[in-house]
Amino acid sequence: MGEEYRHIGKATPRKDARAIVTGKAQYIDDMKLPRMLYGRVLRSPYPHARIKNIDTSKAEAYPGVKAVLTYKNVPEWRAGYPYHRLVLDSTMRFVGDAVSLVAAETEAIAEEALELIDVEYEQLPAVYDVEEAMKPDAPQIHERIPGNVFPRGYPAIGAKALQEVVMGDVEKGFSEADFVTEGTYAYENIPNPLPPEPPGVIATWEDPDHLTIYTSSQSAAMNRNFAQPALGLVDIRVISAQCGGSYGTKNANFIPMAHAAALAKATGRPVKVYFNKEEHFNAYSLRLGSRIHARVGIKKDGTVTALSGEWFVDTGAASEMAQVQVAVGCGEAQLMLRCPNWNLQPYLVCTNRNPSGCVRGFGGQELKSALIPLLTIAMEKADLDPVEFFKKNFVKPGDGYYWRDGIWWDYRGVDYSNTMQKGAEVFGWEDKWRGWGKPTAVNGTKRIGVGVGLHGNADIGEDESEAYVKISPDARAVLHACVSEAGMGERSSLCKMVAEVLNLPLDRVNITDPDTLINPFEFGLVGSRGTYAVGSASIEAAEDAKRKLFELAAPVLGAKPEDLETKDGQIYVRGNEEKAIPWRKAMGIMRTLTGLGRFETDFSLCNFMMIYAEVEVDVETGKTDLLRIVAVTDCGQIIDPLVLEGQLQGSFGSAGIDTALFEETVLDKDTGHILNCNMMDYKWRTFLDFPEFQSVILETPIPSHRFKAVGVGEISPAPGPSAVLMAIHSAIGKRITDYPATPDKILKALGKI
Amino acid sequence: MEVNDGNEREKRKGVSERAMATSGTTEKYNIRLTVNGKAHELMVGKDVNPEHTLSHTLRETLGYTGTKIGCDHGACGACTVLMDGDPVLSCMTLTVECDGRSITTIEGLEEPETGKLHPLQQAFIDNTAFQCGFCTPGIIMSAKALLDENPSPTEQDVKQALAGHYCRCISQYLVVKAVKEAAGKGR
Repeated sequence: MGEEYRHIGKATPRKDARAIVTGKAQYIDDMKLPRMLYGRVLRSPYPHARIKNIDTSKAEAYPGVKAVLTYKNVPEWRAGYPYHRLVLDSTMRFVGDAVSLVAAETEAIAEEALELIDVEYEQLPAVYDVEEAMKPDAPQIHERIPGNVFPRGYPAIGAKALQEVVMGDVEKGFSEADFVTEGTYAYENIPNPLPPEPPGVIATWEDPDHLTIYTSSQSAAMNRNFAQPALGLVDIRVISAQCGGSYGTKNANFIPMAHAAALAKATGRPVKVYFNKEEHFNAYSLRLGSRIHARVGIKKDGTVTALSGEWFVDTGAASEMAQVQVAVGCGEAQLMLRCPNWNLQPYLVCTNRNPSGCVRGFGGQELKSALIPLLTIAMEKADLDPVEFFKKNFVKPGDGYYWRDGIWWDYRGVDYSNTMQKGAEVFGWEDKWRGWGKPTAVNGTKRIGVGVGLHGNADIGEDESEAYVKISPDARAVLHACVSEAGMGERSSLCKMVAEVLNLPLDRVNITDPDTLINPFEFGLVGSRGTYAVGSASIEAAEDAKRKLFELAAPVLGAKPEDLETKDGQIYVRGNEEKAIPWRKAMGIMRTLTGLGRFETDFSLCNFMMIYAEVEVDVETGKTDLLRIVAVTDCGQIIDPLVLEGQLQGSFGSAGIDTALFEETVLDKDTGHILNCNMMDYKWRTFLDFPEFQSVILETPIPSHRFKAVGVGEISPAPGPSAVLMAIHSAIGKRITDYPATPDKILKALGKI
Repeated sequence: MEVNDGNEREKRKGVSERAMATSGTTEKYNIRLTVNGKAHELMVGKDVNPEHTLSHTLRETLGYTGTKIGCDHGACGACTVLMDGDPVLSCMTLTVECDGRSITTIEGLEEPETGKLHPLQQAFIDNTAFQCGFCTPGIIMSAKALLDENPSPTEQDVKQALAGHYCRCISQYLVVKAVKEAAGKGR
């Protein structure tokens, strides 16, 4: 159990709860600006093609159309590293790539005008397989990415950005091993995280140097921070609406924002670009494809002596920041494996399909879903219980790792072995685990199996945050922090931290809108950094405001500032609560006090998540039912139990656990079209299909900030896919080596088809 | 363009027909719609076009933006409203077919005089039975239709009634709890 606090750790209604349940919460498509136009995008029907001719004259003449843009007349804004994404291009690189943009008085007119654009394409050969794309004779997708392999590194995360995992001497390591195993696993179902709300942007130029962006984002300021260099450093004010689900996909997606901004510039009016669901499937952030070939050296006691291999990462037709996902994945591999000898070489490759983007799990889920099954081959060979293997190999205080910045970080967090054990007890692991490839039970054609997966991420302290806390004489506080609400409840959690420091009722603390104009620097709600990084800045700002308040109060009370306490807007000398004065007596009524807080990058802590899964496989039909999930974490200190519970249950969402069983984007490799680009054919779990779910949450104080807490939401789905795959192996005794484990693959593995 | 020439012609024909409808050359008549107890009269060709869905009319024409559009093809349940008490997918319902109907949206659940929340709304708040909240209005409307018909549903009844709703943050476990709790309290 954590400490007893007034607000922290207690379930309190979310600040936006009433707005959500009454329909008043404003999402991006609920907003209209005066004189606003509607933008629509003409999309490529071909996976790889060059525009030979494009005639927009009929569309331009269509009543109500205000602008038609093609590669010939758009601003030359460029994004990606190296620059490879233009606002519009003359080459199409995936089915759904943007050909032309229209702005019109109504959405219907814009849509109709798209049909009046005549395009003549020259089709080019396309490539979809990551290793095929690396061959010398493969179609070349981007001029600036020779051989379809992205250059390593990413300047934004530092000059030494982690590019591979290389340390020790792998040959020596293999020679010390009792067993050396080898294999290939692929997590290439490129599922769609698919938030219920499609992505959308409204852009309006106040003048040529001031662009205002309204969008739906989990990290409002990231849109400004990432787009400013591309747009010639114009001032970009970003305001986020309530965000209808993101799961990493609505951070800073340059292309939709550039489309709206280009149309707004061309028309001199605000323009909204809002995707429909078909576009959401065809032209927006999929997960990365991940394939690993690797050799693993292991001793009988579970010590991993060496790991060497290649990690092929397929980002589709473009990369938003996939190099960072690869770097973080490389760091996360080290967190789970205390191995002295490494040579893991990643290759980031482009192919002709809808690009991958930032997604919850951020390289780590993609890596682990292939790497953990590879390790299980070695565990099986050494006849090791996977829970014991994970306990032995997950990072411990005194260990270290190269993180995404390429710098060695000494780990100063807690040992999560105890957490793993608690989870095992709640799940009944000892009772259910019968050894590798052995079912827990057999009932006719049905076989029960269990599996376990884990994940941890040191991004909980990534990047920087700033916050102000402004207190006023009426005993209220406002947290100025550029924090969006995309479902994580972080705005409310930060208010709780500030209220705790200032000892105010929760309804006395509010937070500013997610608007870059009125808030200091904020990186965003990524990598579960809200609790530690943004929390630290907010706590420090509240403490600073309180210190300033006590300095003013001290002479009034005839005491030293360090001897003062405050509660509910009253200040008193510690132990003498009867002689209290209100804040306004200390401050006067014509004053506010502003405390400042700042957090700087710290990769020396990580969070932890483990998933235990129990499945039932019907060996006649090949169908797998997920029976039970136990999700295990130690978050140091719970901020809000219901919010945390929701984050853990979120392991089913955002292309998580179910990517092991049925979730996939089906790409037709003859035409490049996605075959299941609607919500009927893209399968998702309904209310009726959810299995028994149990969470195990420990609170071992973690040396983060005042409240000893770390966030965990981002990683909750990541251990799921490998846990389910292991459970299927236990049930049927055969290995499925790529996801999802659909009935046909299971029957094939069983030799039945 | 080498494919779909026939389709292209069809599409353009569609364009001109829609343009005619937009310009108001079709027969004019009015659609009477009651939304949350308030009567609205919508002129076809002016306020409502034949292709307008109920979700479009509610959101864009009448300003009831509490109703969300997720997939716009009847698969996610976000647009659910009550029509004469029954849950309907407003993105799959044409406004011109709704003449004389009474619609309840999420904005219509509070007590009009006191602003007191419906027990379902309160239970969703108490259980934090949402994350991003985008699917919540639709879920609450289906849950209301369920409780109006069956004040004491089993857990399975609740899941069945909500099976058409997509929630990707995964609020399902807490939603079932909230609906059961609201059912227990009644109204």
